[in-house]
Amino acid sequence: MEFRRNNRQLLSKIATNDRHGEDSPYFDGWKAYDSDPFHPTHNPHGVIQMGLAENQLCFDLIEKWILENPDASICTAEGIDKFRDIANFQDYHGLKEFREGVAKFMGRVGGNRVTFDPDRIVMSGGATGANETVMFCLADPGDAFLVPSPYYAGFARDLRWRTGLDIVPVDCESSNNFRITRAALEEAYEKAQRSNINVKGVIVANPSNPLGTVLDKETMRSLVSFINDKNIHLVCDEIYSATVFSSPRFISIAEIIRDMDCNRDSIHIVYSLSKDMGFPGFRVGIVYSFNDDVMDCARKMSSFGLVSSETQFFLAAMLNDDEFIGNFMRESSKRLAKRHHVFTKGLERVGISSLKSNAGLFFWMDMRPLLKEQTVEAEIELWRVIINKVKLNVSPGSSFQCSEPGWFRVCFANMDDETVGVALERIRQFVLQGKEKGEVSEKSKHWKKHNLRLSFSSVRLYDENLSSPRMISPHSPIPQSPLVRTRT
Amino acid sequence: MGMLSRKVTCNSHGQDSSYFLGWQEYENNPYDEVKNPQGIIQMGLAENQLSFDLLESWLAKNPDAASFRREGQSIFKELALFQDYHGLPVFKKALVDFMAEIRGNKVTFDPNHIVLTAGATSANETLMFCLAEQGDAFLLPTPYYPGFDRDLKWRTGVETVPIQCTSSNRFQITASALEEAYQQAQRKNLRVKGVLVTNPSNPLGTTMTRNELDLLVNFITDKEIHLISDEIYSGTVFNSPAFVSVMEVLKDRKLEKSEVWERVHTVYSLSKDLGLPGFRVGAIYSNDPIVVAAATKMSSFGLVSSQTQYLLSAMLSDKKFTKEYMSKNHKRLQKQQSKLVAGLEKADIGCLESNAGLFCWVDMRHLLRSDTFEAEMELWKRIVYDVKLNISPGSSCHCSEPGWFRVCFANMSEDTLKLAMQRLKSFVGSITVNDQSHQELKNSRRKFRTKWVFRLSFLSFHDREQDER
Repeated sequence: MEFRRNNRQLLSKIATNDRHGEDSPYFDGWKAYDSDPFHPTHNPHGVIQMGLAENQLCFDLIEKWILENPDASICTAEGIDKFRDIANFQDYHGLKEFREGVAKFMGRVGGNRVTFDPDRIVMSGGATGANETVMFCLADPGDAFLVPSPYYAGFARDLRWRTGLDIVPVDCESSNNFRITRAALEEAYEKAQRSNINVKGVIVANPSNPLGTVLDKETMRSLVSFINDKNIHLVCDEIYSATVFSSPRFISIAEIIRDMDCNRDSIHIVYSLSKDMGFPGFRVGIVYSFNDDVMDCARKMSSFGLVSSETQFFLAAMLNDDEFIGNFMRESSKRLAKRHHVFTKGLERVGISSLKSNAGLFFWMDMRPLLKEQTVEAEIELWRVIINKVKLNVSPGSSFQCSEPGWFRVCFANMDDETVGVALERIRQFVLQGKEKGEVSEKSKHWKKHNLRLSFSSVRLYDENLSSPRMISPHSPIPQSPLVRTRT
Repeated sequence: MGMLSRKVTCNSHGQDSSYFLGWQEYENNPYDEVKNPQGIIQMGLAENQLSFDLLESWLAKNPDAASFRREGQSIFKELALFQDYHGLPVFKKALVDFMAEIRGNKVTFDPNHIVLTAGATSANETLMFCLAEQGDAFLLPTPYYPGFDRDLKWRTGVETVPIQCTSSNRFQITASALEEAYQQAQRKNLRVKGVLVTNPSNPLGTTMTRNELDLLVNFITDKEIHLISDEIYSGTVFNSPAFVSVMEVLKDRKLEKSEVWERVHTVYSLSKDLGLPGFRVGAIYSNDPIVVAAATKMSSFGLVSSQTQYLLSAMLSDKKFTKEYMSKNHKRLQKQQSKLVAGLEKADIGCLESNAGLFCWVDMRHLLRSDTFEAEMELWKRIVYDVKLNISPGSSCHCSEPGWFRVCFANMSEDTLKLAMQRLKSFVGSITVNDQSHQELKNSRRKFRTKWVFRLSFLSFHDREQDER
């Protein structure tokens, strides 16, 4: 309709451009899952969701705690005397007990080597909101941030969309396990300078999404000295910090700067309870900045994404229960470790290796031996095979801006044990079939420079559906979630 | 090169304004019936604290909704994981039904056109991001909610230009004021993208007349721009005339298939009607699917907690409860407002006749030393520090005339309100006793005001419509 075109011109550029990044294949794979979701009894041949970094392993512990602590809710008989005060509470400083609980938790996650100041805890609408807020505070439209690749696909939206910033990737390579090197940082910085791009800082996720690795002390110190030299900021997204399940231990940037000469005003942490506790629905994001001006500004901006007071109250009670939290953290690590082990060992047995990792809700799978050629196109082709034939929604490395084709992020913490078994079996079958046809080298435990070809002539390699922009959110298991099946 | 962004160092967040400074004073010395009876009474906070008991009693009868359960089964896991920015379908349905109920079911809303946001604060900002950018402006009738300076302009880069409204016609929007504001924007080299109104009005406490709404629709049609109607107070209309939303006007004028239909957007929230500002429940309703799609993606930056969505979906789906709540809530608001108006009268202070909101727009022009904003500030400081009442000066609401104050009434008990009025009466008595010239000024102003208040009552008698509630 004519007027719709007229009306479209009356919208902002932000509303009509695609810098929200939701047209990337990261979100594309969801469509296949959404239209054919796996269910052990209703749909045993459906697509298994392995593209969703959720932590579903410890809800039993939390549910038990909820039953034992009815006064943590303002709506139960035990807690209702708090209802009106909490329902009325919209102070952007947040509930004191909530901030204390979060600060304590962050400290424990860092091995109690540093303490966090509850008065520096600022709320935001999830880590999504936190990252955007920090960008609004540190940079102006047209500025840029350096981001080591591969990085979380959502950064395209969170760092750039409404802020008007740009991302300059810092390429990391498998040859040294994707470590962030000083040389790579310098190269990215210089490249930006030559293009007249004003770099305001570096943002890293530690532990890394999608790698599942933690940053070592040396790399972190090198990062701090780099940003100090250039007089720019460092933002550490520590959202996965409590998902570390084996050594080496997680080191918060707070610990590094305590022992180093540096400008603390340029250090900022982003945190959330979505991954560690498994509460993405509760929208708990945290900005923790060592810079007072940024802290004040972020706090004012938190008006745009405060945590529901009901949720703050509930979490204050839970996070301040020291015994429960201690037990939770130990149990969570154990279960994550076990799940990680089952998957990575299972894959190794059929000759598929992955990056050695000790954190996160996923692992970084090396499918380079199965690529027709070492190109992004071949990676996408293989990815469509994995979705359509193997029926697993995994995320292709290109959606994380990985500089080398052939890597895939595979999530493991968002399913039950039975589904794990099914997923592993499917991968096993897929690889073994490939071997039978003589198309995958028997010795390909480690990638060799052979041109290994795969052909699945019976498979539709190009699926039009998968390349069209998504309309459905990637954020939750609809329509699988019983909450979405309305009863009206 | 500055280390931080311009947003940190500018003060577009607007929080240096007196609106917020008054709050600070209150925080330092808050009134408490027992612990601090000489403290400052908070009358600058538009909160609805009159009906919590109704909510609490509903919760007591509905334990499942209260504790992550449905039909006795725990759904904690599903709620904890649910972060879909499309929102909980059952909540959206309950919310649109509630919105329709508030509008006497004269309009219905499609749940697929609603976007959930973290409060109306986030809803308004998000709409700005969707509809405008640096170099653009939105027109706002004065006086308006002080928070708009932050919500609409701060991070978006959008400008606001006032539509000047005056007491000469009850601060209603006129065609000439609209046109003048539009011209002013053009003179500033700003591209006007739309008009944003609050209906019912904050700080006036009045519902917009059909005439004003027609005027607005005509204006945005003619200029081919947007209209945002912030209807956050729509459920606080406690007296006639009944609330008429812009959607109803569009429907009555059969404009559903027209070009202008998709340029009208509504903002809502449960913070004022249900008195739940802590839960951060806001919504955008737009007839334009592109706006809905963009705003939905943006809501990622401020989603409503799933725990809260679930609780409120159960509450709002209970139609028997919502009907009873709205009825009782309105009665209590009306009662409290009349007490405020009567108390002000006893202190020889008048206010704009109002039928909605959680506050009154109070006329203290006769108490000013001079007809200036400096005098208004002087008076305000005395009221905060000496009389110990935190009220909001009209200048913080961008009012074009000095001497008006917004005084909230729904966030305190009847006793506290009584005490506040007593303090005010003593204060007024004390400043007029010794000042002869001031007394003359006051008398002449009072004559003018009395005539004007009478004229208002007369007008509103004719405006009165059938009470539909």
